[in-house]
Amino acid sequence: MAEMAEGGGDSQHKGKKRAKKSSTRVDMTPMVDLAFLLLTFFVLTATFSKPKVMSLIYPAKIDPKDQKVDQPKINNAITFLLSKDKIYYYSGQFYPVDKPGPNGPTKLEVTNFGTDGVRKLLAEGNKYVLSEKKIYNSQLKKKEIQDSTYLRHLLEAKKNKKALKVLIKADDKATCKNFIDLIDELKIAEIGVIAPVELMPQENELIQSKIK
Amino acid sequence: MPKIKAPKGSPSIDMTPMVDLAFLLVTFFMLSASFRSSEPVDVDVPTSISDKIIPENVIVVTIDVKGRVFFNLAGVEARRELLGSMANKYGIKMNKDQEDKFVFMSTFGCSMSELPKYLNLEANAQKKFPTLGIPCDSTKNELKDWISFGNRAALNSGKTAFVEAKNKGQKPNVNDFKPKFILRVDSKALYKDAQKVIDVFRDLNLNNLNFITSMELAPI
Repeated sequence: MAEMAEGGGDSQHKGKKRAKKSSTRVDMTPMVDLAFLLLTFFVLTATFSKPKVMSLIYPAKIDPKDQKVDQPKINNAITFLLSKDKIYYYSGQFYPVDKPGPNGPTKLEVTNFGTDGVRKLLAEGNKYVLSEKKIYNSQLKKKEIQDSTYLRHLLEAKKNKKALKVLIKADDKATCKNFIDLIDELKIAEIGVIAPVELMPQENELIQSKIK
Repeated sequence: MPKIKAPKGSPSIDMTPMVDLAFLLVTFFMLSASFRSSEPVDVDVPTSISDKIIPENVIVVTIDVKGRVFFNLAGVEARRELLGSMANKYGIKMNKDQEDKFVFMSTFGCSMSELPKYLNLEANAQKKFPTLGIPCDSTKNELKDWISFGNRAALNSGKTAFVEAKNKGQKPNVNDFKPKFILRVDSKALYKDAQKVIDVFRDLNLNNLNFITSMELAPI
């Protein structure tokens, strides 16, 4: 810039002084600075502007005409009942107070969103898939199996009888953050079958009694 | 030829090529960047580890903190078709201006009867428009119509895009052109409000839904 100013100053003199021959170079450092600043801005915004999505498949609605269809018996399932910032759960089937199962009526357990809360619980429950995944992972690393085979094996493991299935029910006070956080935990634990379903009134009563 | 003397001591470098390159890249990123259009509602989305990028040809339903429902459909042609079928069904007449405005707008949230008034407003005023969102309860379920007509319109525009891609000699996957259903929920919104919208989708037998989330690092 200094070089520019010099040249400009000379041209203002209308006398017979000859303009000094100065180099026509312009200091481009500020321009480069600006260019790279803009470049950084656009690079960063371009990569992060696309939002991410988490897909979730809901069970199809049952036709009201054949509502008499019995709930299918589920093996190795856990049901999460969401309330505001709290997770209640029970495993297996639900037994109301007036119709107790082999171990009496269903009792709710409580857990939290922390790493030693629900994550630990799910990792233990879904041990089968996680250990299978570890095996496939090492096979993939050694290039014994292809990418597509890896994905197929993983999918099969998730559908296996030994894999944990999860039902999610939420009460009136649960927020969307709670729901998404839980789904997130399930995806971390490689749960294949996730079914968000409606809360039963008896379950709601159980939650309310537990909150008090 | 006389010997060229090395310039004494001047450490300046010719930066022209560097500037050229930098501005070339700036231009490229500027042109390729797509700017988010202004939304009438601010939503703070929850975080997740999912790294799936939002697909093309989407129907987005937004649920804000207060549980109000907003709707958005991508694509100019699809929007025009959608507005036509909606105006027809609800018997609402719209002039050319309002139609054009709707086509180039993004998310909106108001009932059909409020829509012409809403479209007359400027973008800033639209943000302050007092609305309860798109009605989606059992007595007045306009959202269901928006989604089902929107789905049809998006399917049609997806079909045209598919044929176009095919004619260009590419091998497109049909599933990429089908409309996808996106839910943009506020993290503080109650789940039961989202449930209402999800039930509308499920009533229409659209069970594969996607939640917009922001990235979070996955645990190792």
